[in-house]
Amino acid sequence: MTMVYEKSKGLTDVPFHYCPGCTHGVIHKLVAESLVELGVLDDTIGVAPVGCSVLAYKYFNCDMQEAAHGRAPAVATGIKRVHPDKVVFSYQGDGDLASIGAGEIVHVAHRAEKITTIFVNNAIYGMTGGQMAPTTLVGQKTTTSPLGRDEALSGKPIRISEMLATIDGAKFVERVSVDTPANIRKAKKAIKRAFECQIKGEGFAIVEVLSTCPTNWGLTPVKALDWLKDNMIPYYPLGNFRNFEEGK
Amino acid sequence: MEQKVIMAGFGGQGIMAIGKLLAYAGMLENRNVTWMPSYGPEMRGGTANCAVVVSDDEVGSPLISRDGTAAIVMNLPSMTKFEKELVTGGKLIINKSLIDAKPTRTDIDAYYVNANELAMELGNAKVANMVMLGAYLELAKTIETESVLQAFVKVFGEEKSHLVPLNKEALIKGAEAVKA
Amino acid sequence: MSKVLMKGNEAVGAAAIKAGCKYFFGYPITPSSEIPEYMSKALPEAGGVFLQAESEVAAINMVYGAGGAGARVMTASSSPGISLKQEGITYIAGAEVPCVIVNMMRGGPGLGSIQPGQADYFQSTRGGGNGDYRTLCYAPSSIQEIVDLVILGFDKADYYRNPVLIVADGMIGQMMEAVEFKDPAPIDLPEKDWATTGTGGKRQPNVVNSLFLQAEELQAHNDRLEKKYKLIEENEVLYEAYGLEEAEVVLVAYGTTSRIVKTAMKQAEAKGIKVGIIRPITLWPFPHDVFKTIGNNAKGILTVEMSAGQMIDDVKIAVEGRLPVYFNGTQGGMVPTPASVLADIEKIAGGTK
Repeated sequence: MTMVYEKSKGLTDVPFHYCPGCTHGVIHKLVAESLVELGVLDDTIGVAPVGCSVLAYKYFNCDMQEAAHGRAPAVATGIKRVHPDKVVFSYQGDGDLASIGAGEIVHVAHRAEKITTIFVNNAIYGMTGGQMAPTTLVGQKTTTSPLGRDEALSGKPIRISEMLATIDGAKFVERVSVDTPANIRKAKKAIKRAFECQIKGEGFAIVEVLSTCPTNWGLTPVKALDWLKDNMIPYYPLGNFRNFEEGK
Repeated sequence: MEQKVIMAGFGGQGIMAIGKLLAYAGMLENRNVTWMPSYGPEMRGGTANCAVVVSDDEVGSPLISRDGTAAIVMNLPSMTKFEKELVTGGKLIINKSLIDAKPTRTDIDAYYVNANELAMELGNAKVANMVMLGAYLELAKTIETESVLQAFVKVFGEEKSHLVPLNKEALIKGAEAVKA
Repeated sequence: MSKVLMKGNEAVGAAAIKAGCKYFFGYPITPSSEIPEYMSKALPEAGGVFLQAESEVAAINMVYGAGGAGARVMTASSSPGISLKQEGITYIAGAEVPCVIVNMMRGGPGLGSIQPGQADYFQSTRGGGNGDYRTLCYAPSSIQEIVDLVILGFDKADYYRNPVLIVADGMIGQMMEAVEFKDPAPIDLPEKDWATTGTGGKRQPNVVNSLFLQAEELQAHNDRLEKKYKLIEENEVLYEAYGLEEAEVVLVAYGTTSRIVKTAMKQAEAKGIKVGIIRPITLWPFPHDVFKTIGNNAKGILTVEMSAGQMIDDVKIAVEGRLPVYFNGTQGGMVPTPASVLADIEKIAGGTK
């Protein structure tokens, strides 16, 4: 029998704890495959966040450090300064990166820190049970916005990629989605490019991945994918915002 | 032997510098020394002061609190503020060029030095601080002038060593001004 | 090497470099800003990296990253900045990452003042962050001692895989004294085979982490930490003490206040009062046992601090109710005067206190 598909060597054999239909698993796979394909897995150090992907240090088959909530970019900075020849990445959710860690992510970009950040935006706090995130859409119901996010009270959701693209040190910024096979392929390309940006010593690279949270959105996995397409993509347009290769 | 010396004046009068020179010179003579500056917003207000302790024993408090053996005051606010920190019989060395007043205390020894005029006689107003330090060295008879000049190169670097002769003259001028 | 006259803050930087520290992450704050200033120039010259972080929070997390990656790393700040670092310190302690953290204490609470203080004793010895953890905590009283303890601190941090605090105050940071940089005594340190350096394809991945979601696992982790802390308590207590056997009054003080107390002691002895001194050099572990050697002449113990009374709790624990414990303290950046300490000594010796 011929092998047609194999689990990436960039992942350990520990089973994921993620909810059924959650797209973290897909994103983990894309990151792991990219590291293997670029031949850098054994020279990679990852930083896990606080949030649903808090246990990412168990899943990626490389050296890992677990950071405090929001501080992964600072931890990654410390590692990268000690090992400038290694590949360092942070994997963060929207509560971690866009809320409590907003300061750290801005400054890691502004220093053009040569790290890669995978930013998973699912418009909600997953691990703590579905509270409002800074990325929660206006009108979206969460356990801390039971009547839907009220713009007058909480403002509009924050667009991280657009914000970071204004910073010179951010050399690669792209927003992708994992709602369809085609979009997953594009996401993989972007993630790989973001690591290449680091390997070439260009500067900071981030890929914002629109992701689903069927459990806390209260939808089936398939309906969650539709919700992402119908509600998130219009507010968070997909595409590249900065690309070191195009001088953009 | 323990000397506890306050140095005070306007920022820019070289107060901190003469404090460092005295401390460094004391160290070169194998004594225990501390140099303690005032710091923070106080510095920004234009006044500067530091405390230097030179001792044959381990130095306890590096601060001077009513136990100063001498004070070098370069302006009037400094004299007003620090004369009370001296012990009875303490030496108050007053820059007469800028202070047209006498201390209120009568149980201390006051010495008047026209530091700015004497510095101008040497062609450089900036060495008024060294004139005052020279007066102190003469009165305290603890630290050798030669040690201060050695310290000068250590504190300000070899590239400033051409200024040693001028500063030596300033120290001598100050010493002469208070010689009995 | 001959002696040089150095400011405490700069001496801290020079000592760290002497100890092989290659990384410094920090954020300026009075009265410790000369440490990052010094490191910004001296560390690159020594082949290291200085980075000014966007905040104290970021700085301590950079320290966590760099220490976890196997490097000798330091940060420094003053009281309000150290408060911000507490989150990182508990993670560092939990993940057993070695590093050195310097606190040039100032008056508090809140923004407080920029003048010297010792009101971070509780924070330093009880753990300002969450959870059961301890940090080895050195309290130098001179520039020479801070140099020696910074160098020692790096070795102890690596040896125990534990954060080490150097707790001084604004006065020690700003003061100049003569100092000599001696070569550190060689010490056998284990390989950092736990650090995140990239597997190189030669080993299983290393994980630097303080998360244990299973209660049993976390308890086991805590038990292991507790064993380590016991070992530190047994082996790392440092103090200076003298005159305890004959003393009528025993003075207890650390850091800057211990110098003031020594001046007062001389004055008291000139008046014929027998005074003993205990100067803790490690605040944690605290030198409890030395209090047992206080003789029968003692009428009382006087604790002197630049706080409203924090170390005095440890003194009372150590004394076990055998003697009355009195307090002389100043706050807000005020420094106790030898005269006020002498007055208290006289009262205690004369039985009027």
